Amino acid sequence: MRARVHVTLKEGVLDPQGEAVRHALASLGFDGVEGVRMGKVIALDLADTDAEDARARVAAMCDRLLANTIIEDYRVEIA
Amino acid sequence: MNPRAGIVVSPGANCDRDLAVALRRAGFEVAMLWHKETGLPRGLDLVAIPGGFSFGDYLRCGAIAARAPILRAVADFARAGGHVLGVCNGFQVLLEAGLLPGALMRNAGLRFVCDRAALRVETAGSAFTASYAAGGTLVLPIAHHDGNYIADPTTLARLSDEDRVAFRYAANPNGSMDDIAGILSPNRRVLGMMPHPERAVDPGHGGTDGAALFKALAGVRSGAALV
Repeated sequence: MRARVHVTLKEGVLDPQGEAVRHALASLGFDGVEGVRMGKVIALDLADTDAEDARARVAAMCDRLLANTIIEDYRVEIA
Repeated sequence: MNPRAGIVVSPGANCDRDLAVALRRAGFEVAMLWHKETGLPRGLDLVAIPGGFSFGDYLRCGAIAARAPILRAVADFARAGGHVLGVCNGFQVLLEAGLLPGALMRNAGLRFVCDRAALRVETAGSAFTASYAAGGTLVLPIAHHDGNYIADPTTLARLSDEDRVAFRYAANPNGSMDDIAGILSPNRRVLGMMPHPERAVDPGHGGTDGAALFKALAGVRSGAALV
């Protein structure tokens, strides 16, 4: 079973890296990009067979290590 | 008997020996503590977490080191009232471990800053800052990519109201909220700071403003009570 964790900065937390990318897109002529937020994707290969158990375990992993919930949100996909 | 300090060493730490020199010069006996240790030596008065790039800054700066076995022992030591100093990456580790509030993000200018920073001493009310005059200025080296302090408004207000901001930048180099360069725990015995006092203890460093922090700490004797 596979899980994908998407970690992004919370709304309201300034993302200077995203801003730099937005400016670079504008300089390439891509108009109308009103916001860029950077994040990361963490792919996990799990021995789990039950999707709901896996989801709960991955959420616990996010809370304890994979995300810093002071500044980041996470979303878990199980496949 | 000399005061005793332990320095946490993780792969990628690179200021551990500098801290040892600064602490020994201030009179400490120093033990280097590998991150896989599950306990601390008995009778420590201080645990110091050095700067560097522990675990290659993987995931987030300080995130992996903060989950190392020895950090559980350091957290127990802090909860029992022990003094803990985290410098630069060590500050990041203390935040990731939840021993101090807030987080350190990528510098607002996106650049690694390597410079000397003027700091205002905001409080002399801690064992770390007792030798400085509140309101006074000192100059310490800074060298970091992720020193941009962030906390929610409630936390920021509490840090100020409880006199727990130890140092503020005179000229903000990294975007830190409230110009914060270093903060104290509620019991004032855990200090995390981005600037490097251990790199300013010898005239050869170009400045000695950091030496007073270690000298003041050498007066702390908590070890006997914390075995």
